[in-house]
Amino acid sequence: MHDGGKILTGLAVFLVLALLPFWHNAVGGTAAAPQPKIVTQEKECVAPRETIRSTHMELLNTWRDTVVREGTRTYMDARGKTVNMSLTNTCLSCHPNKKEFCDACHNYLAVSPYCWQCHVEKKESA
Amino acid sequence: MERERRALLKLAGLTVVGLAGGALARTVEASSKHAAKPGTKRLAMVIDPRKCLEKDGCTDCIGACHAAHNVPAIDDPRREVKWIWKEKFSGAFPDQEAEYVDEALTSKPVLVFCNHCDNPPCVRVCPTQATWRRDDGIVMMDWHRCIGCRYCVAGCPYGSRSFNWVDPRPFLKSPTPDFPTRTKGVVEKCTFCDERIGKGQQPACVEACKEKALVFGDLNDPDSAVRQTLRARFALRRKAGLGTRPAIHYLV
Repeated sequence: MHDGGKILTGLAVFLVLALLPFWHNAVGGTAAAPQPKIVTQEKECVAPRETIRSTHMELLNTWRDTVVREGTRTYMDARGKTVNMSLTNTCLSCHPNKKEFCDACHNYLAVSPYCWQCHVEKKESA
Repeated sequence: MERERRALLKLAGLTVVGLAGGALARTVEASSKHAAKPGTKRLAMVIDPRKCLEKDGCTDCIGACHAAHNVPAIDDPRREVKWIWKEKFSGAFPDQEAEYVDEALTSKPVLVFCNHCDNPPCVRVCPTQATWRRDDGIVMMDWHRCIGCRYCVAGCPYGSRSFNWVDPRPFLKSPTPDFPTRTKGVVEKCTFCDERIGKGQQPACVEACKEKALVFGDLNDPDSAVRQTLRARFALRRKAGLGTRPAIHYLV
């Protein structure tokens, strides 16, 4: 243990650098989770709020497969209402504010869904 | 030793019989694949070139299709994307060598698009099942699944498939929100307007044609417009000798 001091110093520097994000949050506090802005006239979504929050991506994948591969285009939702399975024309008709509704959370979580490379965003009215 | 040899020979014999049976079953299954299932449709189109050529330079169907499906207008022929277009007669029907046919037909362009074959080579070569044949005969595309390998482009004997070499978005003036655009690196083609047929509408090109040169319908229904037209007049199919069994018929 001739170089004990150097090793310990190195370890300390490593720990400080590796845990920098945690120090940053401990000192500066975490960024507040965004609150998606809901501007819809509808009272309920096609599924309960908690289900949509946690599994909307799975629902969209199911819609995609049902429409494209099975050719079925309508979906009986949780309210018993039949809706057209369409991201652009159903989801975005209730939520025309894509920037505040979709992008706010996706950016916060650093996920970049590539839906919008093909699916057309309607021009935001707001 | 003798007994072991006998057991081995028995086992080998059984294996051969088993393998042959499996292969036979697969052959039977493959040959019955193209037979119409009762109650299913076989969507097809009949084109009357004489009616189509009535109005010189008419591109109503092409315009309607490309607008409805966000098909980009790229001028560079190496990168262009097309779902429905006009082809020289000799290009569309290279195997039609009949001489002295009415030049009014052979000198004019032919309207061509995906033939929605019964036996589509593009489907056979697609490694991801991004393209497949629906029960109603439509050769569909799933752009979510396409990996852009272009085997289907090479496999299609009609050149019906286009590859997106560049991002198509800048080439679309006002994309319709009713249909997705495509992205760079996927193959696209005519889907027989599956999205309109699902709503009980006719394909966009059929609806756009004022001369009624395009007739769309179900070949399995003996009273459908396509069957009636095909009974009344002789029709050609493109490169029929290849065995792809196209669903687009050209009246003579």
